[in-house]
Amino acid sequence: MKLEVFDLSYSYSTTPVLKGISLTAEKMVTAIIGPNGAGKSTLLTCIAGLLRPEGKILLNGTDIRKMDRDDFSKALSYLPQDAPSRAVLTVFEAVLLGRLHSLKWRVGEEDLGIVYRVMGELGIEELASRTLNELSGGQRQMVSIAQALVKEPEILLMDEPTNSLDLQRQLELFELIREISADKQITLVTALHDLNLAARYADHIVVMKEGEVVSSGSPNKVLTCEMIESVYGVHARVSVDEEGIPEILPVCSAGRRKNHK
Amino acid sequence: MKSEPKEIYSGITSRKYIFILMMGTAVVLSFILDIMSGPAWLSVREVVLALLGLGDSTGHAIVWVIRLPMAAMAVVVGAALGIAGAEMQTILDNPLASPYTLGISAAAGFGAALAFVLGVGVVPFAEEILVPFNAFFFSFLCCLAIYFIANKKKGTTETIVLAGIALLFLFNSMIALLEYIASADELQAVIFWLFGSLSKATLPKVAIVFVVLILIIPIFALDAWKLTALRLGDNKAKSLGINVEKLRVKAFVLISILTATAVCFVGTIGFVGLVAPHISRMLVGEDQRYFMPLSALGGAFLLSVASIASKLVVPGAIFPIGIATSFIGVPFFLFMILRRRRDFW
Repeated sequence: MKLEVFDLSYSYSTTPVLKGISLTAEKMVTAIIGPNGAGKSTLLTCIAGLLRPEGKILLNGTDIRKMDRDDFSKALSYLPQDAPSRAVLTVFEAVLLGRLHSLKWRVGEEDLGIVYRVMGELGIEELASRTLNELSGGQRQMVSIAQALVKEPEILLMDEPTNSLDLQRQLELFELIREISADKQITLVTALHDLNLAARYADHIVVMKEGEVVSSGSPNKVLTCEMIESVYGVHARVSVDEEGIPEILPVCSAGRRKNHK
Repeated sequence: MKSEPKEIYSGITSRKYIFILMMGTAVVLSFILDIMSGPAWLSVREVVLALLGLGDSTGHAIVWVIRLPMAAMAVVVGAALGIAGAEMQTILDNPLASPYTLGISAAAGFGAALAFVLGVGVVPFAEEILVPFNAFFFSFLCCLAIYFIANKKKGTTETIVLAGIALLFLFNSMIALLEYIASADELQAVIFWLFGSLSKATLPKVAIVFVVLILIIPIFALDAWKLTALRLGDNKAKSLGINVEKLRVKAFVLISILTATAVCFVGTIGFVGLVAPHISRMLVGEDQRYFMPLSALGGAFLLSVASIASKLVVPGAIFPIGIATSFIGVPFFLFMILRRRRDFW
């Protein structure tokens, strides 16, 4: 499904957070990067339909404000960056809630099957009967991801999904997410802090700073020393590895280096 | 893949059915014991015969006129408070939320006290009707006030809880004011009402609470999954397509009706609405399809046992059930909190 954002603006009371954002995301992995406070999370929240911004958000050409609420929530999964739920639910029950739109009083076998399959894909099926409050932060994050995937969405929005995951899980998660989005033709938009993860797994990168899009394009085009210095205020070495993927090595804060001189 | 998803899931749910079945059995047993106990003990056989209308006239009179209304009242009010507390904790995401802690019981108390002390009613009727009607009116008013205060702030859970606590203090001081100006007789009536008592129970009153329960439970049941999903946090619930504000308001109105109906006939029995949901949560978790029924049964059981105890503490007299509820409930609750292995809030 094609996601288009036109001239999107949003303010929290009087502070403008998004200032005329436009972007397009298609069936592939789009990473939104940028420093803290750039408006990445607000942008995802707007696209998820949880805020009322100015401007337009289109799904396959239809304005989301004109879409049927059920159709919209069925098409899109959103994984917020919220503190993990303290609900006393088992992992199975929590993941099952991702299928809310099809749950009846008696849980159907199809729903159970999808939930179990996704838990298996994410490697958390062993945790099925444990309750959320017994899990580590990373395990809970995997549960949230499973919850977002069992809906079988056409658009998947993830806000910093690798937070609280260990190195191995981060890589595995993105490999899996790439696989699933290619397989199921999902349009994935994810906010990311880790530039190297973005370089490796994103097809398209959107760089945000202070509520505006400053650059967008393929990782090779976007991830340059100049961009990193102007957006993050950091000196970094960018090299290209043997697979042609940019590698970013931050050296020092640009502000500090100036002071040293 | 060792086992089928269906087997794993029924492994999770079958435990819950067992807890619900056990609690249901416990309620039936305590209900029968409640009818048996009193100044003149009846046997199980006498109780069953009287309930079927086959016993002698004395047994029939004791059971149908005195014991059954009280025992049934304990069960329906306990169930109503259990559900009210469970849903309140769910929609407000707060372990302290209950009809008692948010001032709804205090408002009922104020309404009753107003009737006792000033004879002021919202409807001009005999005292029998005046007191419960006033209690209902003010507890519902309290719920509306909480709701409107919270609505000013877009219904965040913190505002609702804080508004409720503010109203709790307000109504408590207004009760104190009425007690201050009351005569000795009126004061006694007010205090006894505030203790909570089943002694004014009649079968029509039981029927009213029962009907309200029967009407409200299915409405909650239809929203069971949505209410469960609400516990994942507002953003996740919204992204699952739930209109969170609407769900919260709807649940709040239902809770208000349930609480107001329950407390207006029996007075302030606060503890049940707080404890029953916590016990239920520890046993079956927060899938509403199990959480809500077990909260209801847990509340019914707690109040039923308290009713039995209130008759046994002082032989021949009925000890106020509100006091008995706390005496039984608090140690049990603390035991549950201390022996649990993990956090539930």
